[in-house]
Amino acid sequence: MAGKPTKVLVKRHALVTRLTHWLNVLVISLLLMSGLQIFNAHPALYWGAKSTFAEPWLAMTKEEIGDQPRGITTVGGLKFDTTGVLGWSGPEGMREQRGFPSWATVPSWRDLATGRNWHFFFAWLFVLNGFVYLAWGLLGGHLRKDLLPNRDQLAPGHILHEISTHARLKFAKGEEARRYNVIQKFTYLAVILVLLPTMVATGLCMSPGFNAAAPWLVDVFGGRQSARSIHFISAGLIVAFVVVHLVLVVLSGLWNNMRSMITGRYAIEVEGGRS
Amino acid sequence: MSLNRRHWLTAAGATVTSLWLAGCDKLATNSTFTGVLRVAEKWTYRAQRLVADRNALAAEFTPADISKDFKANGTLRPQDDEYTELMAGGFADYRLVVDGLVERPLELTLGQVRALPSRTQITRHDCVEGWSSIGKWKGARLSALLAQAKLKPEAKYIVFHCFDTLEQTLDGSGRYYESIDLVDAMHPQTILAYEMNDATLPVRHGYPLRLRVERQLGYKHAKYVMRIEAVSDFSQIGRGQGGFWPDRGYEWYAGI
Repeated sequence: MAGKPTKVLVKRHALVTRLTHWLNVLVISLLLMSGLQIFNAHPALYWGAKSTFAEPWLAMTKEEIGDQPRGITTVGGLKFDTTGVLGWSGPEGMREQRGFPSWATVPSWRDLATGRNWHFFFAWLFVLNGFVYLAWGLLGGHLRKDLLPNRDQLAPGHILHEISTHARLKFAKGEEARRYNVIQKFTYLAVILVLLPTMVATGLCMSPGFNAAAPWLVDVFGGRQSARSIHFISAGLIVAFVVVHLVLVVLSGLWNNMRSMITGRYAIEVEGGRS
Repeated sequence: MSLNRRHWLTAAGATVTSLWLAGCDKLATNSTFTGVLRVAEKWTYRAQRLVADRNALAAEFTPADISKDFKANGTLRPQDDEYTELMAGGFADYRLVVDGLVERPLELTLGQVRALPSRTQITRHDCVEGWSSIGKWKGARLSALLAQAKLKPEAKYIVFHCFDTLEQTLDGSGRYYESIDLVDAMHPQTILAYEMNDATLPVRHGYPLRLRVERQLGYKHAKYVMRIEAVSDFSQIGRGQGGFWPDRGYEWYAGI
């Protein structure tokens, strides 16, 4: 335990991880924004096989309240005034009725055809990118070695400890920083193996051609309108993941994290003499 | 986090976001870029034709599933003279024309269409906007009609010319039409519907005849069909993309 801590650069991210990660940044952003464009063509969601137009579980509409147009978002039985963002948005005097505002969609104006063109092109890229990552991650051992929790990390005591340090935004240092913490591992695995595949599967269920070829899949999700709802909710969960991810990237050392995702090298501090 | 750093990050974020949005809008109007994006439609079409069973049936539902609020889009009542005149005469003078690359061009009365082998199906109608409605359809099998007209070997697509003008244009390209390939044309569920939910097809849903092509989105299901033409390519029809909405940027293959 002698000596001052020394900074060493360890190899953290393989080239495949880095390339697929940055391609995903681009592709998921465009999928999200073109997806919101598509959603805006009918900004209402239902459960089951068909639409029950009088009873969407989620809807973004324009309503006249007094004689003022307001953007109203209905979730379940609850109504929220979301003027300026959802339902009724745009610069003062040029407001228009639309689900999500122009800054959230590609293109910014209402254009379902273009939104679909973008969405399907980048959906193909997303699937190909994901396939490369998963094939390499499974065959090369990345998923097993880096993302599967180690035996010691699964001890209840360890998990509780991680939750408490994570909640206080204390990040691992020294030798422990060589690996992902257990919460990180569970989160990454859930996103990679559950959330993103759900996104692809529910997306495929929007295709009437695919539904005829594999009718069981749309049944798994409870019908096409349920699949559309789950597609939307999953997109929301991806956004939530990205927000938390970005906050933690900044708080746990923006430059070190950025360097590791660009060059692959991550700096950790180890006790002197053992670099 | 220091105030300085927070400001810096906020400013950088705002700059990147506005550049990103402006860049996307610019690319969305760039014809080279949109041309590249549209290759995805060919990938989807080829992948589905390659991997999926070409005769796979779209899911069928029970009478209890039928929508009471089946939505109608596009033209709801054609104002075109030919249509209103036929309507005045109760469509007695209506003839469904089948021509183009066929050995035996046909002109059929509604009675003759109804006498063709038929199929009844309760299916889900998926609009490109995202909603779905379920309806019961009865109609003449398109494959039976085409067998009667005998397609020439060079026929590759079936074009449906409609009565309704959906957009007023100077060159007449605002008239509705659609086209499908022979895989979908010969599919058992592809019918010219004349009944919906056990009643005569309502005008808003395409009276007298409406195409049902169950493995594609709603805009392919041409309403108010007046003429069926077999062609080897559709580049000379409308604006050349194979349909009213494809001419306006939507996919010709709407199985996605």
